[in-house]
Amino acid sequence: MNYYLRRTLRIPVTVLAVATLTFGLIRLLPGGPFTQLRIQLLQRGVPAEQVDARIQVLQNIRPDAPLWQQYIDYIAGVVQLDLGQSISLGEPVMGVLARALPWTVFLVVTSTILMFVIGVLIGALQAYWEGSRFDKIASGGSIFLMSVPYYIFAVLGLFFLAFQWGWFPTGNAAARSIDSGFTVAYIRTVLYHAALPIAAFTIGGIGSTALNMRGNSIQVLGEEFVEVARLRGLSDNRIATSYVAKNAILPMYTGLLLQVGFRLGGTVVLEQIFSYPGLGYYLIQAVNANDYPLMMGCFLVITVTLVIAVFVADLTYGLIDPRISAGDSNAY
Amino acid sequence: MPTDSTADDGFDWRSTASEEEVGLRDRLSELYQRSVREPALVAWSDIRTRAGIVILTGYIVMALVDVFGLWRDASPNQSSQRLLAPFVSLKYPLGTTQSGVDLLALIIDSTPFILLMVLAGGVWATSLAVLVGTVSGYKGGRVDTVITSISDFFMAIPGLPLVIVLAITLSPENPLLLGVVLTINYWAGLGRSIRSQVLSIREESYVEASRTMGTGTLRIIRKDVLPNIMPYVMVNFVLAARYTIFASVGLYFIGVLPYSGQNWGVTLNNAYSQGGLFTMQALHWLLVPIVAIVGLAFGLILLSQGMDRIFNPRVRTRFSGESESVEETDETTTGLM
Repeated sequence: MNYYLRRTLRIPVTVLAVATLTFGLIRLLPGGPFTQLRIQLLQRGVPAEQVDARIQVLQNIRPDAPLWQQYIDYIAGVVQLDLGQSISLGEPVMGVLARALPWTVFLVVTSTILMFVIGVLIGALQAYWEGSRFDKIASGGSIFLMSVPYYIFAVLGLFFLAFQWGWFPTGNAAARSIDSGFTVAYIRTVLYHAALPIAAFTIGGIGSTALNMRGNSIQVLGEEFVEVARLRGLSDNRIATSYVAKNAILPMYTGLLLQVGFRLGGTVVLEQIFSYPGLGYYLIQAVNANDYPLMMGCFLVITVTLVIAVFVADLTYGLIDPRISAGDSNAY
Repeated sequence: MPTDSTADDGFDWRSTASEEEVGLRDRLSELYQRSVREPALVAWSDIRTRAGIVILTGYIVMALVDVFGLWRDASPNQSSQRLLAPFVSLKYPLGTTQSGVDLLALIIDSTPFILLMVLAGGVWATSLAVLVGTVSGYKGGRVDTVITSISDFFMAIPGLPLVIVLAITLSPENPLLLGVVLTINYWAGLGRSIRSQVLSIREESYVEASRTMGTGTLRIIRKDVLPNIMPYVMVNFVLAARYTIFASVGLYFIGVLPYSGQNWGVTLNNAYSQGGLFTMQALHWLLVPIVAIVGLAFGLILLSQGMDRIFNPRVRTRFSGESESVEETDETTTGLM
């Protein structure tokens, strides 16, 4: 079967599997969220039928129906983009998530691109000047950066730049006084508010990217085809970009896919620190407020975002490296 | 750690010459030379590994101090001075918190917990990844397709949100269970990268030779494949351990993991939420747990950077003075987060 077709068909399967997992987490695990909610309500003296009706409104699940019926109801709800009603915010979960999703995507995409570009540049320069003082200092710096988690940069940045010196806002995604829209003032306030979170998230990833790029480039520089290119008298610029950089970056591309997943999950901590109203922020709000429909909705949407991101990256990877679509290996 | 894997490499050109004459004593001393002394010397000769070992030893000493009760336990109001600055009083070397808790005691108290959790997370994630990666990479075909699909599914779930949801249902307070929960889907990505390494090893001629001789799959994986990927696995064990610290402290920090006692993440959370952000006097309250976390991670990273040399046979032979022409290869690591 065609690689692209097969890859596309896998998305709905993965999403269905994740939705099943969310359903399982809601219903099946001992002491799962809805069991707790049901016991709480029953203890408060609410009649059993009312409790069941309430839970049905909240999550499209009828607690008295057989399990398969509940499962089909839940999946049908997910397919119709109906994730139930948020308990703490009193509005449909989908509305909350639709507002939050763009902020998270903005944070992750911007910081990941910045991290990749800056890391690759530093790593390439290090490999070019291998053994120089710059190389040694940058390597030491990278190793140190790798051992500091991104939220430490976030906390320190917030402490000094926002609270002590007041250069940056301490929370939120945009100033309340400015109406949202495609205006210069709005874009400026959005960038101003996103600067610290993006900076913290970017710095946290530069170290490992630079070290990877350095190692790959040094390896490629020793290959014979680079030597041949030199003997052919090609210009240094051409060798650096289309011979060395291309082959050094390629193996890092798959690592980037994994990184996107970790970074998307990492927004949970980042957005909480900066009170940035993205998916992660609402996930923690929901956890603290025992708002299970919102919590599972956030979980599902974060996962679907990752599935789509990996899909897009996989497709582009197939374009860059034709080997990927070549097919399976023989069985032993 | 590095010693057992190199001990039974089995194949050595020297041993074929005089197998009969070598007594047990010589063999033991040979084993000691090859698997304890040489790796240790190689490790020690590299400044990064040396620094890493020293730092990690420091943490183990801290854990021992707590286990044997050599420093007081942390409790509120043990000092009458609140927010005492560090390095001012000998009685409270790292200062005190807002409620008069000795910060050094706080840090020492949670060291055994953190170390156990990190070890559990690293062992669980790496061993599962090695199992999955080698089997699917070596077997290929249908086995590979099934395993790859399963790990693709786990890779599609972002780690921290899944851990948060699981933490609510399981409330893990045991450090070993917590370590496993934190790295619940870390193995998937690592397994995939091990698989791609195994894919190239399975085409090597010595693997093909073993296969033609009718050697079993498990034996081929153990004898031919594993020694080749061991450096990569050890480096990634350290990275998985680092991920466990980062994830646990981050989640304690935002207050979604259950806890009974104090630990570095909880201390950070308290400092952050009880007004530590607003005044410079409370800066040390934030910094002390941060230094504890970064120090442990730094030690681990240094160790992983230097570990390559222990496993790299070319570096080892150079050390025993048999070969001069050695080209150093740089370790490429998949740094996550």
